[in-house]
Amino acid sequence: MFSPEEWTAIGLSLKVGTIATLGALPLAVAVAWLLARGRFPGKALIDGLVHLPLVLPPVVTGYALLILFGRRGVFGAALAEHFGIVFSFRWTGAALAAGVMGFPLMVRAIRLSFEAIDDRIEQAAATLGAPPLWVFATVSLPLAARGIVAGAVLAFAKALGEFGATITFVSNIPGQTQTIPAAIYSYTQTPGGDLGALKLSLVAAAIAFAALILSELSVRRAGRDGGRR
Amino acid sequence: MIDVRVELARNAFRLDVAFAGDGGVTALFGPSGCGKTTVIRLVAGLERPDRGRIVLGDRVLVDTERGVFVPPHRRRIGLVFQDAQLFPHLRVATNLAYGRFFTRPADRAVSRDAVVQVLGIDHLLGRFPATLSGGEKQRVAIGRALLMSPDLLLMDEPLASLDEERKREILPFVERLRDEFAIPILYVSHAVEEVVRLASTVVRLDAGHVAAIGGAAEVLAPTTLAHAGDRFGAVSVLSGKVAALDPAHGVSTIAHAAGSIVVPRLMASVGMTVRVVVHATDVALGRLPDGATSVRTTLAGRIAAITSDVDGPFALVALDLAGGERLYAYLTRLAVDAMQLAVGQSVTALVKAVSIDERGVAGVPRA
Repeated sequence: MFSPEEWTAIGLSLKVGTIATLGALPLAVAVAWLLARGRFPGKALIDGLVHLPLVLPPVVTGYALLILFGRRGVFGAALAEHFGIVFSFRWTGAALAAGVMGFPLMVRAIRLSFEAIDDRIEQAAATLGAPPLWVFATVSLPLAARGIVAGAVLAFAKALGEFGATITFVSNIPGQTQTIPAAIYSYTQTPGGDLGALKLSLVAAAIAFAALILSELSVRRAGRDGGRR
Repeated sequence: MIDVRVELARNAFRLDVAFAGDGGVTALFGPSGCGKTTVIRLVAGLERPDRGRIVLGDRVLVDTERGVFVPPHRRRIGLVFQDAQLFPHLRVATNLAYGRFFTRPADRAVSRDAVVQVLGIDHLLGRFPATLSGGEKQRVAIGRALLMSPDLLLMDEPLASLDEERKREILPFVERLRDEFAIPILYVSHAVEEVVRLASTVVRLDAGHVAAIGGAAEVLAPTTLAHAGDRFGAVSVLSGKVAALDPAHGVSTIAHAAGSIVVPRLMASVGMTVRVVVHATDVALGRLPDGATSVRTTLAGRIAAITSDVDGPFALVALDLAGGERLYAYLTRLAVDAMQLAVGQSVTALVKAVSIDERGVAGVPRA
C-alpha cells in the first residue's frame, strides 16, 4: 500500500511531531505561566517574540533558524562543537522548526487555561504553607491540565503540517528531513505523483484526527476526576 | 496577640489602620469598600503595605522600616475566603490534608478527627468540591485552614455568600471553633448580628480608617445622625441572663434590669449570660402600661438624648435603661413632636420579638 519511502516519511513525521511537541512543552508551560501570572518589565516584548512565528512568513522563520542554528549559525556552531547537536539537514532540525512554529499555539492555549484559574485558589494554597513551586505543581498545573493537553495537540498537528520553515531550514531530503508535507510536495512536482500525494494527504488527515480524538478523551477523563468547576 | 499598623495607597483608595487583637475573635466591621478585605490580605501576606508593621505573638511578619516581609506560606496564618476556594481537583479529604504536610509535627495542635467532628463533614470526605453545597464547601474550607494548626485564623466574610439558612447552620460551628480550638480569629463581616455574637473586640472601619475600637456595644452604637444614611445598621447591644425557656412557643425570656426581653430562640440553658442585638429601627417608644400591646418586650428607660436632622425625617432617641445600658430608637421627627418627647422623660421601649434576629443572640464570647 505504501512504498518504503512513504513509510519513512510517515515515521519521520510522527517522530518529528512528537519530539517537537514534547521538547517545546516544558518551555511553553513556563512561558505561559510567566505571561499569565508574571509582572515584570518587558512582558509585552516576550509576548510579541513568542507570537512572532505565528505572524511571520514560515520561510522567514526557516531562514532565521538557518542563520541561528545552521552549521555556521550563532548557536548552531556552538551546539555542534560542545554538545554534538547538529540541526542542519537532519531530522533534529525539522523537529526544531516544527517546535518553533507550534510554540505560539501551545503557549496561547496553556496561558488561557492558567488565566482561567482564580488566583485566590493559589493564594489559599500558599496560606496553607505551600511554597510557590509546590503550589504550581499541585494546584496550577493540574487545574491547567486541559489547556496543556489542548496546546500540545494543537502544536503536534501544527508540527505534522509544518512545511515552509522546515524546507527552508533543513531542505527536503528523503529519509532525513522529508516529512509528509514535503513528500506530498515532491509528489505534486513529479509526473504521475497524484496517487502518492492523495495517499499521504489521507494519512496526514487521519493522524491529525486521531490526535484530536485522543486529546478529547484525555480531557474528558480529567473532567471526570473533578477537574470541572 | 496580633498587632497591625499599616498604610497602603491604591489608586484613589487610602488605607491607614492600626489595631490590636487579643486571643478571642476580633471583628473587622464596616460597609463594603471600607478596606476590611485589604486588611485581611495584608495580614495573610497576599498584599504588601507601603508602610507599617504586623506582629503576630512574638513574630514580626512585616516591618517595612527593617525590610521584613514574611511570605504567606511561612506565616502560619489560616485564611477562609468568602467563597471557599477549595481545590476542585482534590477530594475533600485531600483538601483537608493539604496544609498538614507543611506543618511541623510539633506544631500539629489540631487533630483531624476533632475538626471533622466539630464541622460535621465526616460524610463528605470522599467527595469532590463540585458536588458540595455552599455551606458544606465553607465548612470544608474552615476545616482545611484549621488543620494547619494556624497561629491565627482569618475569616473574610465566611458567611456572606450563603443564604440565611446556611448562615444559621455555620455560625454555631464558628462559635465552637472559637471556644474549642482556642485559635485567635480575625473575622471580617458587615453583619451586625455575626459580629455581636462572635467578637470580643470590634474594630469598625470606615473609608480605610479605624472609626472605633472596643466592645460590640460601644462600637456599634449609633452616636450621631451622620449615621442616618445607614439607619438599618444602627443597633444597640443589650445583655442579660436567660430567665426562662418556653419550648411550647419556641422562645426564651431574658431578664434585664429594665424589663424582660423575649427572643425567638431556645437558648441552651437558663442562667447563661447572653447578648441581644436590637436594631434602632425596630424600637418603638410609648407611655403605655405594660401588656397593653402584642409586644412582649418592654423596657423602662429615661430619654438621654434626642438627635434630629433639621431637614430629614428622622430622629435618633437614646434611652438610658435601668441597669445602665443604652438603647437607641429611630423614630420620625413627626412622632417625636406628636408625643412631645424630651430629654429626661421616662418612657417605655417596645421591641417586637420577631424583629430580633436569633443569630444575634448568643452567649458572651470569652475575652
